[in-house]
Amino acid sequence: MALDKQQLEEMYRRMCRIRYFEEAVIEIHSSGELIGPAHPYIGEEAVAVGACTALEDSDRIAGNHRSHGHPIAKGGDVKRAMAEILGKSDGFCKGKGGSMHLADFSIGILGESGIVASSVPIATGAALASKLGKKGFVSLVFFGDGASNQGACHESMNMAALWDLPIIFMCENNGYAITTSYRNSVSVEHVSDRASAYGMPGILVDGQDAIAVWEATTEAVRRARAGEGPTLIEAMTYRFEDHSLGLDRIRKSAYRSQEEVDEAMKRDPLKIHRAAMMTHAFSTELECDEIENTVRAEIAEAVEFARNSPFPEPGALFDDMWATPVKNTPVSQSTRR
Amino acid sequence: MPVKTYIQAIAEATIEEMERDESVFTMGEDLRQSVYGATAGLLERFGEDRVIDTPLSENGFFGAALGASLCGMRPIVETVTSFLWVGMDQLISQASKMRYMFGGQAELPVTFRIRMFYARGAAAHHSDRNYPIFMNTPGQKIICPTNAYDAKGLMKTAVRDNDVCLLFEDGIAISSRTEVPDNKDLPGGELLVPFGVANTVRAGSDVTVVGIAGGVQHALDAAKLLEPEGISLEVIDPRTLVPLDMETILKSVERTGRLVVVDPAHKMCSAASEIAATVAQDGFWSLQAPIQVVASEQVNVPYSPALEPLIYPTPEKVVAAVRAVLN
Repeated sequence: MALDKQQLEEMYRRMCRIRYFEEAVIEIHSSGELIGPAHPYIGEEAVAVGACTALEDSDRIAGNHRSHGHPIAKGGDVKRAMAEILGKSDGFCKGKGGSMHLADFSIGILGESGIVASSVPIATGAALASKLGKKGFVSLVFFGDGASNQGACHESMNMAALWDLPIIFMCENNGYAITTSYRNSVSVEHVSDRASAYGMPGILVDGQDAIAVWEATTEAVRRARAGEGPTLIEAMTYRFEDHSLGLDRIRKSAYRSQEEVDEAMKRDPLKIHRAAMMTHAFSTELECDEIENTVRAEIAEAVEFARNSPFPEPGALFDDMWATPVKNTPVSQSTRR
Repeated sequence: MPVKTYIQAIAEATIEEMERDESVFTMGEDLRQSVYGATAGLLERFGEDRVIDTPLSENGFFGAALGASLCGMRPIVETVTSFLWVGMDQLISQASKMRYMFGGQAELPVTFRIRMFYARGAAAHHSDRNYPIFMNTPGQKIICPTNAYDAKGLMKTAVRDNDVCLLFEDGIAISSRTEVPDNKDLPGGELLVPFGVANTVRAGSDVTVVGIAGGVQHALDAAKLLEPEGISLEVIDPRTLVPLDMETILKSVERTGRLVVVDPAHKMCSAASEIAATVAQDGFWSLQAPIQVVASEQVNVPYSPALEPLIYPTPEKVVAAVRAVLN
């Protein structure tokens, strides 16, 4: 373990940032301010933070519908993330993407995807660009146990291993694809067992332990940068909340027992990391509390910012369609009509 | 002026763009052996890194091309219309939507070169003419060159464009040979054809006939058949369907008062439907007869040579449609 106190504290700060951000989203949703769906990342914070701590700013990430944790872990601005979720003009995507599609290209966040596994080929292509253009960055893609069954995943892993691409496939195995259990949908014991079929290392890691995730990712990043190719990491984690805010029918479903949820919640990634900070870096209770308090204030400020941000003007509807606008693009046509 | 084939024109455009810009590379199935003709010699010229033979994984490598384009590369992907279905998630969920959904952050300079075979006994799985599907998913430019000149000029424009370009290479147009000037004889030293500007292939006064892809040739053939009768067709090739130059079509209809649209795609929700609907809406008072659409029948492509030719537009069907709008 080669993380210093400052790094460990930064990891805790980012984990708290995700947790409190999600709590704020849940609160905003219950008050009726948030219209669309949102998928809380609570319980899985150690995966995104452990993984992103092993990355440089220039490295690229892509993710999925459970989308708030990844960009925050990569260093994304919580004000602009919250504004996006509320559909405001100051959001990452000017209110056009919403909760499931956060992206900030300026810090390597190539976007979350509402279609499960759809961003896996995209991240593979980013790694291809890095290799062909000798750009030196690595690419890391977050996807779930459900996504691991999509063809896009298998095709991407095959290409990445075939071409020795600098990519890390980070499977967040939270046990359920909405309500379908991992046991009922994956034919092998672990998703990471599949790595051998593509000729890449498959690493199984405790996804509730941010340091363990960081260690596994650090080795995978080293491999990628050295031109040794991709790694599949499977982080075993658990979704503490329901699949999605607003899907009450699923909320009441009995697809997982209360005992199972209670048992899983005993391994709260924030508590595990807080304890690790005390053991490894001799952080005090007071120092930990201070991080929490600072982040709480930061999130309150983000909510305030997002609420005060204006909605996009109707005139913005046709903006951002074309990178190279030309004569007779459909935008000008529809204004003509 | 030298006469070139459509495939030669595409090959020239590819080589010129790869030489001009190091970020341009090609990927697809069987490129190195040039199974479809347009990538011959690229491997020797540019090496393995820039001429990539992919596994049979359309969803995977379409997405990889998009991802590479987000990070400064400009991929040219070669594929076939019927294989687009296999990679549809990447083409619709990502290629079409990514830029807008991310508030304009994404630039996706990918050119998909899509060979469109039909009318050659390949049956339903290898005869798709599916460009209209993508007219219904905002966010991609759709290019249908119908001769070697446009193939080269539009292809070069596509590679330089920062949006996803789907360039459909029509199987009927591919066999054509047309004059393509050498670069040294061009004012700017190279051939670039802009998007969104229709080409009036043949000027005429009685009926406006808009041809899509291979439909242009049928329209020209029909014009020849009707010439002895003194019937004059104005043949317009939109060249790009997104963006679509309706202005040129509407102006022509203003003069002729009559419109026939020829489209090898299936009739329902075709490019022809869109053009006919727009003229009905915006050019209604110019029309002197109901618009006629000559498109493929709304049935799957049958294998038997006794059946397949029945479904596509033909010069004879265009002639009949012209007679209908003149009566």
